[in-house]
Amino acid sequence: MAVTNVVLAGLGGQGVVKASDLLSTTAFAGGLQVKKSEVHGMSQRGGSVTTDVRFGEQVLSPMVPMGEADFLMVFESSQVDLNLGWLRPGGVLITPALIPEGALKNRKSLNVALLGAASMVMDFDEQAWIDAIHRCLPEKLHAVNEQAFALGRRLGAELSRPEVIEGV
Amino acid sequence: MASTERLLLSGNEAVALASLHAGVRLGTGYPGTPSTEILEAFSLIGGPAQWSPNEKVALEVALGVSFGGGRTLVTMKHVGVNVAADPLFTAAYIDLTGGLVLISADDPGMASSQNEQDNRHYARAAIVPMLEPADSQQAYDFTLAAFELSERWRIPVILRMTTRICHAKTEVIPGEPRPSAMEPHFERDIPGRVMIPAYARPAHHKIRAKMEEIARWNEESGLNRIHPGDKSLGIIASGISVMHAREAAPDATLLALGLTWPLPMQMITDFVNSVDRCIVIEEGDHLLYEALTVAGLKVEGKPEMYRFSELNVSRVRRIIAGDVTPEAPRPRGKPPELCQGCSHREVFEALSRLNCIVAGDIGCYTLGVLPPFEAMDTCVCMGAAIGVGLGLRHVLPEAEARRVVSVIGDSTFVHSGLTGIAEMVYNPPPTGHVVLIVDNSTTAMTGRQEHPGTGRSLNHEPTNRMDFVAVCKAMGVKNVEVVDPQKDEAKFEEILKDMMARDELSVLIAERPCILAAPLIRKLEKAEEEKRCAAGCAAAPVE
Ligand SMILES: Cc1ncc(C[n+]2csc(CCOP(=O)(O)OP(=O)(O)O)c2C)c(N)n1
Ligand code: SF4
Repeated sequence: MAVTNVVLAGLGGQGVVKASDLLSTTAFAGGLQVKKSEVHGMSQRGGSVTTDVRFGEQVLSPMVPMGEADFLMVFESSQVDLNLGWLRPGGVLITPALIPEGALKNRKSLNVALLGAASMVMDFDEQAWIDAIHRCLPEKLHAVNEQAFALGRRLGAELSRPEVIEGV
Repeated sequence: MASTERLLLSGNEAVALASLHAGVRLGTGYPGTPSTEILEAFSLIGGPAQWSPNEKVALEVALGVSFGGGRTLVTMKHVGVNVAADPLFTAAYIDLTGGLVLISADDPGMASSQNEQDNRHYARAAIVPMLEPADSQQAYDFTLAAFELSERWRIPVILRMTTRICHAKTEVIPGEPRPSAMEPHFERDIPGRVMIPAYARPAHHKIRAKMEEIARWNEESGLNRIHPGDKSLGIIASGISVMHAREAAPDATLLALGLTWPLPMQMITDFVNSVDRCIVIEEGDHLLYEALTVAGLKVEGKPEMYRFSELNVSRVRRIIAGDVTPEAPRPRGKPPELCQGCSHREVFEALSRLNCIVAGDIGCYTLGVLPPFEAMDTCVCMGAAIGVGLGLRHVLPEAEARRVVSVIGDSTFVHSGLTGIAEMVYNPPPTGHVVLIVDNSTTAMTGRQEHPGTGRSLNHEPTNRMDFVAVCKAMGVKNVEVVDPQKDEAKFEEILKDMMARDELSVLIAERPCILAAPLIRKLEKAEEEKRCAAGCAAAPVE
């Protein structure tokens, strides 16, 4: 029973939850079982936010155990060290350092750019991601986010995959 | 709806969809994390939903719907049930007509709450059945089952969820709609619905008998499930703990309880007897463990340290191993803070400068307790600001009494501040008192819901607006002023200082919309204005 564990972390207002929605929607559309969990509440006040996304043939707990994340995506550099404990040895760390300042027209789409980078090391078709962007975001945001996603894919090309995750 | 449709829904969305499929005639509630999205989602998919001023009123409205033969949903967070407890405990004695399901959304770990109470206690104390889903599919299935159970035994049913059920998204395959066959109607039933002692005495016996019947039915209800496995370890769990336990001990035999009160004792006894070692995995208090131990069953509980906070897979592994060594601390992220540009900031800066003793309350403004403000001295429960402030004024020496200010949000004021004002007018302290309503035209804390003071209903349609100034004056408060604390910062502080110096009763309303709510408020106000204009222009008097 192989489950892929992803932890997304950042600050309230950075679109962490939106990114986890896009990832879950992509995985779910591929026929996998998906569980996504986060603690909402006071996130609009700029506090730390983490969300867990797990997918595979059978997923039980909605929470990623500490030290078992295959992927850790952090949207704010100050939050990287704090969250490193989630990552398993050999897991993939994706941070905003991947996307140089100024590369994005609007830094608000950093969340989707980092997903673009992550998409290079996850086994979903590019089209599935684009479909998820269309499904989860309002139409007027499609173009800018597709661009951000494409940029992320280019810049993420050098990421190396974690050791084979079976069953995905 | 095709039964093969796969949806990825939060537990809250699943409850909303099931309520639509159950034919709910009215959903009521009061916002509170993690329950808030249920009524919002229900309204979005076309269900009739409305916010009440507080949880007690919400439940009372729901009772009326049930008496009228309609199915009804009431949603609240765990502490909301404390507010609704008075009607709940007697509603259990009453033969309901339409199905009534109360959602209690608990917050173990206190992601966004003032306490960690375990509302499983309420099923036992109020004598009502309780269902506990373990994922969104069960949230959907159990909501429908809860309405049927409620109607069959004419009893309120609590669906207890927790943060990880409410907010986790998991797969749901919905079924066909299953509305009640009943149409709303009134049937007089005086002994059944009027709880004077003469009618309540037999009603108490009746409700105990109903619960015995439900307990027997629960043995075969299909709501509790055994996951077969190795007989050397048996686990009994409910709610989210089922998922953690199945992952932590994949080989164990597991009894997943769904209808967790009244318990299916025969089923549990057989289960315990079928395994070598049996352990109860439950989040929060040791309730299930205690109930089974009292019944004479040989089960293990969890060490006391696991009573606190949420469970997860690692903690369940530790419970099974009997590991009581200290746990590694979780990363402590950046705490939340008031948004830049939030008008609560100017308010707390002023309170801090004036060295006020602040009897605080619950909402975004509670963040005024953190640096750089540190301008809140008490926070207990919604509405407590006023009573607590009055108590301080009564007991403190004059110089200190004069510094006491009660600070309360607009939604909180409507929720439970009015009785505080009545107390203040009725029993005024010698130094008078100052109540500061921080009115940001929304219930910001829980994601910006409307309330009676905004003049808009749950789905942002215009409705009657409660006028705070008129209400406070009518209740007998002498000085009532409204100031924008951001635009007129100096004036705000001056008025506050002046009110504190007098031996009179004062209410100061700091009025400025929450910056996150302001764009929507402007849009709605503009649309209303245009509508009024279109309707009124032809008839407008010529000046
Ligand atoms: C009995 C109870 N119900 C609900 C809640 C959740 N809750 C906490 S504060 C609050 C209202 C906040 O609104 P408001 O008073 O207007 O302050 P704001 O957040 O807008 O500053 C709610 C709904 C609670 N803590 N207790
Ligand atoms: S959400 Fe609104 S009320 Fe809350 S901190 Fe931000 S601006 Fe202030």
